[in-house]
Amino acid sequence: MLSVRHIVKQYASQRALDDVSIEIEKGKVFGLLGPNGAGKTSLIRIINQITAPDSGEILFNGEKLNQVHVERIGYLPEERGLYKKMEIGEQIIYLAQLKGLTRDEARRRTKYWFEKLGIQGWWNKKIEELSKGMQQKAQFVATVLHEPELLILDEPFTGFDPVNAEIIKNEILELNKKGATVIFSTHRMESVEELCDSIALLNLSHKILDGKVKDIRNTYRNGTYILEYEGDRLSDNGSAPFTVLSEASLDGGRQMKLKINTGCKVNDVLQYLLPLVVINRVEEIIPTMNEIFIQTVSNPN
Amino acid sequence: MTFLVPVLFIGMIALTGYLVAKQNELGDKKTVEVVDESNMFLNKMKNRDNIEYHYINDNYATAKANFSKSGYSYLLYIPSSLTGVQLLSEKKASAITLQNIENGLSEIAQAQRLLSAGIDTAVLAKAQKPISIEARQITEAGEKDAQTYIAYGIGFISALLIYMSLFIYGSQVMRGVIEEKVSRVVEVIISSVKPFQLMLGKIIGIGLVGLTQFVLWIVLSIVLSTGAGTMLANSNVESKSAQVTQMQNATTPRAAVTAGGQSPENSMAAIMRSLDSIPIAYTIGCFLFYFLFGYLLYSAIFAAVGSAVDNETETQQFMLPITLPLVFTFILSMNFVINNPDSPLSIWLSMIPFTSPIAMMIRIPFGVPGWQLAASMLLMITGFLFTTWVAGRIYRVGILMYGKKASYKELAKWFMYKE
Repeated sequence: MLSVRHIVKQYASQRALDDVSIEIEKGKVFGLLGPNGAGKTSLIRIINQITAPDSGEILFNGEKLNQVHVERIGYLPEERGLYKKMEIGEQIIYLAQLKGLTRDEARRRTKYWFEKLGIQGWWNKKIEELSKGMQQKAQFVATVLHEPELLILDEPFTGFDPVNAEIIKNEILELNKKGATVIFSTHRMESVEELCDSIALLNLSHKILDGKVKDIRNTYRNGTYILEYEGDRLSDNGSAPFTVLSEASLDGGRQMKLKINTGCKVNDVLQYLLPLVVINRVEEIIPTMNEIFIQTVSNPN
Repeated sequence: MTFLVPVLFIGMIALTGYLVAKQNELGDKKTVEVVDESNMFLNKMKNRDNIEYHYINDNYATAKANFSKSGYSYLLYIPSSLTGVQLLSEKKASAITLQNIENGLSEIAQAQRLLSAGIDTAVLAKAQKPISIEARQITEAGEKDAQTYIAYGIGFISALLIYMSLFIYGSQVMRGVIEEKVSRVVEVIISSVKPFQLMLGKIIGIGLVGLTQFVLWIVLSIVLSTGAGTMLANSNVESKSAQVTQMQNATTPRAAVTAGGQSPENSMAAIMRSLDSIPIAYTIGCFLFYFLFGYLLYSAIFAAVGSAVDNETETQQFMLPITLPLVFTFILSMNFVINNPDSPLSIWLSMIPFTSPIAMMIRIPFGVPGWQLAASMLLMITGFLFTTWVAGRIYRVGILMYGKKASYKELAKWFMYKE
């Protein structure tokens, strides 16, 4: 649906994006990850046609990105961008009109969304009178009001308490189920694993990782397991089909992290342990996106 | 707010005028001890302007010694030769008081000298009657009242208004741009519209507000001044304005003597009547044109400056080159152009788009050849298009730049940024 091809963006002193190419499938949730200064915001601005790339192009549903697509994209910037002294109701309607809705249609939908998110009582209040969470809810409404095909959300969960974050998350998933493609830009890796189908990881203006979340995690699997059991401490006699990485006591039992030796399988491990201990829990430890993120960013290989 | 300002303005002027006029009743009384060795002024100085004269027989030295205990505000010493007249006081004498005493003494001395020379003062007064000129203009329609002073007044006021409004509305634009940049609203809006559209929209919006306010003020002023005109013509204004003019003319003793001759009711009616000699609709039309396009030209520059900074304090460095031409033109206009409306310098100033709103408005009441007006207006429009284009290019980069130290080199770089 969105095809980013060889984008280069150079600011006076530094290169923000260096030959970045990303493919985003329609109807999926895509995570744009990276440390601060990686180039995420620059890329997002280019997709939103706020700035233009020095070279490269972006295709929206196969067409070169142009003014027409503005109405089909919804953008929630990282920092609140609302006129402080304007009433929210009016302001959301105005922003929706900029995106191509008629005034009446905008009013109708704004009312609907405000009730859905529980802020309808604040229609006539000025932005500066609202709490940060409410402002973000209002701005979220402005982003989704015109039912865009592509939603671009830059750190949408910052500032939300867990309850409100959950509400927003569900709204995003609902919109995605209805067919909207979602691009997330975030640091919060837990939300990435939970929500994203695919990701791209940027660092220092380069793309260093991309693909489906499942696939990526699979590549980082290294046969590490966690085992909780009751019984005597296993002796290290070298005949086990695994290497013990760590051991600890746990509430009357023991916990062990182990790495399966090459060539062996889980079944071999279980067969080895069954006569020795009472097994309570066996689980593979797949590196979290957080760990993968840190690992990839720290070792540029 | 729109209605409040003219009311406050007029109220302030009226209040000041009233207080100044009533100065004698409101001010403190000044008592003067007079040591008169010439014996020319004994009991002759009139007690007015809040000054009371007391004549004593002591000599100067004694009077000086006793002065601080005497309780008088001033000690006036007049030697017999009339040179070396001294005024002694513990606090500095006000200029007006000094003038009043000087005038009083001069009046009496003059009359005395004339009498000793054998000249009758009545004869003298008749001989001193000034000649006033009625300026008339030759036009195609025949002769009409020229009323040069009115032209002065209108030119002055329009130039002042344009000068002030360029700053007021221009800085509103600048502040709006900064607010949008700081609150990050600009990012949201720019994802929907082009930066140039945002800049123009802001400029036009504030411009319309300014225009509306001006039109309202003009209407309000016309209503108020016609009302005030009829009121003033009926009430007793003579004493007040005579005192006012006397104080203003206190610098020249001779003028003070002849000040009483003006008749105020006539001058107010004369003002009203003479406005016919100035084509009001034409002047207002030109005023609105130059206000509008001067504003458009300068507000584009203000918008560009606003986009370059992160807060209002950083704008200081840019304000100087913007304000300089305006201040320069304003001062020149008030002193030079208004007296020499057709000189080459005045013509040039009224042509250059950056200075013409002010300079041309000064010239208009004196009459400007049609082709000059047309050329100036054309240049004005071209100028505004040019600055808007340049400002637009700076604006579209500046509004998304945070933390960059704004300098002219930076602005030039932004201007060159390829779209």
